Amino acid sequence: MAEMKNPEETTKTLSRRDLIKGVIAAGAVSSAGYLFRASGVRAQQPSAAGSVERLVTITVNGQQRRVDVMKQETLATTLRYKLGLTGTKLGCDRAECGACTVLIDDVPHYSCSVLTQSVRARKVVSIEGLASADGKLHPMQQGVVEEQGFQCAFCMSGFIMSAVGFLKVNPKPTRTELAHGISGNLCRCQDYDKILTALLKGAENMRRA
Amino acid sequence: MPTNKVNVPNYRFIGKNYTTPDMVAKVTGKSKYAEDFRAEGMLFCKLLLSPMPHARVKRIDASKALALPGVKGILTADELPPPAAFITDDGVMIPPDPRAERGLTNEPLYQGEPILAVAAVDEETAAAAIELIEIDFERLPFAVDPLVTLSPGGPNTRNEGNVWVVPPPAPPKPGERPAGPLLPDVKEFKWTDAEYAEYKQGKLPVSKPSMEWSYGDIDAGFKKADLVMDETFVTPNTSDQTLETRTAMAYWQNGKLFVHCSTQSTAQTVPAIARWMSMDTTNVVVISEYTGGGFGSKVTSGIILTVPALLSKKVNAPVMLRISREEEHFLGRARPGLHGRMKAGFTKDGRIVALDMFVVCDGGPYGPQGDANASGRIVSLCYTPENMRWRGINVITNTPPRGPQSQPGGAQGVMIMEPLLSNAARKLGLDQVAIRRINAPSGKAGIGPAIKGKRDHVTSAFVPEALDKGAELFRWNERKNQTKKSGTKARGIGVAVSAYSAGSIGFDGLFVIKPDGKIYVQTGIGNLGTEAMIDCQRVVAEVLGVPWERLEITWGSTAKHLPWSCPSGGSQTIHAMTRAAHAVSMDAKLKLQEIAAMDLGGKPEDYEVGGERVYRKGGGAGMSLAQAAQRAIKLGGKYDGHELPPEIAKMTKASATALAGQGLLAVAKDKYKRDGISNSYVAGFAEVEVDLETGTYRITDYVGVADVGTVIHPRAFGGQMFGRTSLGWGHALAQKWVYDQHYGAPLAKRFYQNRPPTILDVPVSNFKWAAVDIPDPETPVGARGIGEPPVGAGASAVLNALADALGEQIYRRAPVTADIILMALETGKPGDEPLTAHI
Repeated sequence: MAEMKNPEETTKTLSRRDLIKGVIAAGAVSSAGYLFRASGVRAQQPSAAGSVERLVTITVNGQQRRVDVMKQETLATTLRYKLGLTGTKLGCDRAECGACTVLIDDVPHYSCSVLTQSVRARKVVSIEGLASADGKLHPMQQGVVEEQGFQCAFCMSGFIMSAVGFLKVNPKPTRTELAHGISGNLCRCQDYDKILTALLKGAENMRRA
Repeated sequence: MPTNKVNVPNYRFIGKNYTTPDMVAKVTGKSKYAEDFRAEGMLFCKLLLSPMPHARVKRIDASKALALPGVKGILTADELPPPAAFITDDGVMIPPDPRAERGLTNEPLYQGEPILAVAAVDEETAAAAIELIEIDFERLPFAVDPLVTLSPGGPNTRNEGNVWVVPPPAPPKPGERPAGPLLPDVKEFKWTDAEYAEYKQGKLPVSKPSMEWSYGDIDAGFKKADLVMDETFVTPNTSDQTLETRTAMAYWQNGKLFVHCSTQSTAQTVPAIARWMSMDTTNVVVISEYTGGGFGSKVTSGIILTVPALLSKKVNAPVMLRISREEEHFLGRARPGLHGRMKAGFTKDGRIVALDMFVVCDGGPYGPQGDANASGRIVSLCYTPENMRWRGINVITNTPPRGPQSQPGGAQGVMIMEPLLSNAARKLGLDQVAIRRINAPSGKAGIGPAIKGKRDHVTSAFVPEALDKGAELFRWNERKNQTKKSGTKARGIGVAVSAYSAGSIGFDGLFVIKPDGKIYVQTGIGNLGTEAMIDCQRVVAEVLGVPWERLEITWGSTAKHLPWSCPSGGSQTIHAMTRAAHAVSMDAKLKLQEIAAMDLGGKPEDYEVGGERVYRKGGGAGMSLAQAAQRAIKLGGKYDGHELPPEIAKMTKASATALAGQGLLAVAKDKYKRDGISNSYVAGFAEVEVDLETGTYRITDYVGVADVGTVIHPRAFGGQMFGRTSLGWGHALAQKWVYDQHYGAPLAKRFYQNRPPTILDVPVSNFKWAAVDIPDPETPVGARGIGEPPVGAGASAVLNALADALGEQIYRRAPVTADIILMALETGKPGDEPLTAHI
């Protein structure tokens, strides 16, 4: 029992600043969340004074990407529809399921509820950014492959990103701690037992790597 | 004591864990689901959904919308192809049904039904255009609660009535094929005043049914009974809520329709689309490489995909229809709730001698749903009552369309029966495992009604063995005497038995052994993530004795020449497609033996296949698979696919023809005999701990033991055992619909409202599964499916454990939430509302 960390305590080891930033971003969900493509006909008005710059630079998977975004555009939309990174999934588009989870400065966020404008000058990592350039899988991905984790895998990218983020603050979690750490992600196949086994295997791989 | 036990062969691949070849694409985000595809010039469309539960569209003015820059076109129900007759590949005629669901409608039958769609250059513009459309509706009567429409003077849910009545099929004329199913009719059913009075007292009246069947003599059975119980139970409507919505993208090329969609069957979605679109199957191509969950709701994808398909034709550009989470609530199918009243007669030793079952099915607007009938069939199998009558009413309600959800009807039947069985055991002073064991199916147990005095039977059942194994793993006998209450906590344990269909027959296998020595397996099975699509192909490696790595599996697009395969619904796949894989492997084996005999002398049976070779038995001459493939091409005819067996399906024939000449082509239809209907079974054991101060409870541990024959891939099997059990737990813990009955408006449309279990709601560290490991005697590798029976067992074991912890007078329906428990603890009466739907 002494071994087991209180999962609520674990979250406190995130900096308060990170947590607050996450909350603010999550609170700023645009009502146009599932609408996209700023280049659309209606959006082509000249920028008014004091309006937000449309052409922004974001760092995604280690690369600087210049991208034209609407002010109400979510990060999930930008990743999927502007940058072609379709590994990030939209399951609900309202911060309920976690399928769109990505890391922003190493902290898991629901990218459906983060405005792209808010991640300028921050580091975004999506599922496509985990494996190395030569195709070698990240130890977490390797763990999932080894244990045949997940069924339909629509939730998989989100779970993996949540787990990788959680392990940065608690690299050696118990089964219960990891379950708490990834409890913001929903699996409708309900493959939770095998998912947890696979992610723990990934955690073990990460410690060895 | 199993009498028909089959010896378990010493398999090399079957029953062993391995990594499926689709895993790397999944973990790297490269796997593409329907929404991940793009086409040049692709437009987006949005739907206009009905704001009313039942109405008629009087006038549509889309002029402002069409004038909006970027808008490319509109599609209304008037432009849909009219319902047409359809002839299946088996020659069965499905008559045109004017009441069937279509992609769009001018008479919405539930709030949220799509009325029209607009295509535009982007989704924002399409959504803006939808806002500019003016529609005049005429309001029509509606009801969202099946019991409201059955009440005297209650509103009808369709203009013609409120209940589906299916006429019995006409007997075939001598020398003719049996006719297809007759169209269901709509009739008006209302309770009598006496029945309504019973309803007002909180009892489900047993009123005039729309369907019924029986076997034995229930009156005689009740006379024999020492104890007669009469109870009502209500099961929830639960959305399938696949994490991937039913998004689809469509385009046309040279008169062919290409559809990227999410489906539980790549092959069988082709005829479904052809039927919906009134076009020939040869002009439909389905692409579905990865499906983000189905659970029964995407058996042949969904009819909404006809909207982008038709819009694409109209505006001459690819069209993507993204379905939002909220739209998925309306279009994504749901399990129909059943109101069940069960009267059962028991002897002193707990044997069920008579069962009179009555159910009201809350079927939504399109139907009729099979759940009602399935609930009776599964109860008749699962608890083997000596005499039984089943009656039901398939009620039409103005709520979203229902469809199958894992263990459709069976889960509800088990949930209705199990609480009564538990209460009977308490009254008779019997152990809960013992009362289930004495009523458990074993061997070729009967299922469903007696037709001309004879009942159907199952292929095999080993439920007593499953109960024994589960009781041992759970330490039932030790734990049943544990102290229930301790301070502010109460603990209880429960057991439940469940069954469901687990396999079909008659599908095709197809592969080519090419001159590179590899085996190129084609499959039309959908890729839902249960891995059944790939697991079935382990049989090919097993029968031919080749390393697994020598198999290349092609799936996911009917342009890639796939064979006719079963839909992955009702847990058919592992059974049906291991049979097809076995049949096609035997075809390959025979062809290899014949080629070897031709070239090397002797008779085909002198040769053995294994180690990537065909060789003379006992050593001697042989040739590699690569050499045999080359010989097959030279020989032509049946060896390389230029001659095909007549019995294979149309789709398989076309695919085999396209692949002919590339190597040794093996193709076969599963013609193996089967005596009985294949069903699988689960015995579930649960413990719950209830907090008496808050009414909350948690499942502390769970054991599920499956009777499924041979387990093909243990890790994938364990995933299904946990996943489907957890779906059942959701039905006990929280999942339901909530409606504003006055306006016919759904209030719970999203995950956080419908409450499917999260990882914190389920015992992820205290779950055990096991299998009885007795192969089914009626199928080549002995495997049956597992996707269904864990659901009912999971839900009911938890509900039974709750009653064990707190007593019988807690609940009369599911889910059982904290407020119900608190109310019951305070009042000493059940804490729920007995009969109102969606509450």
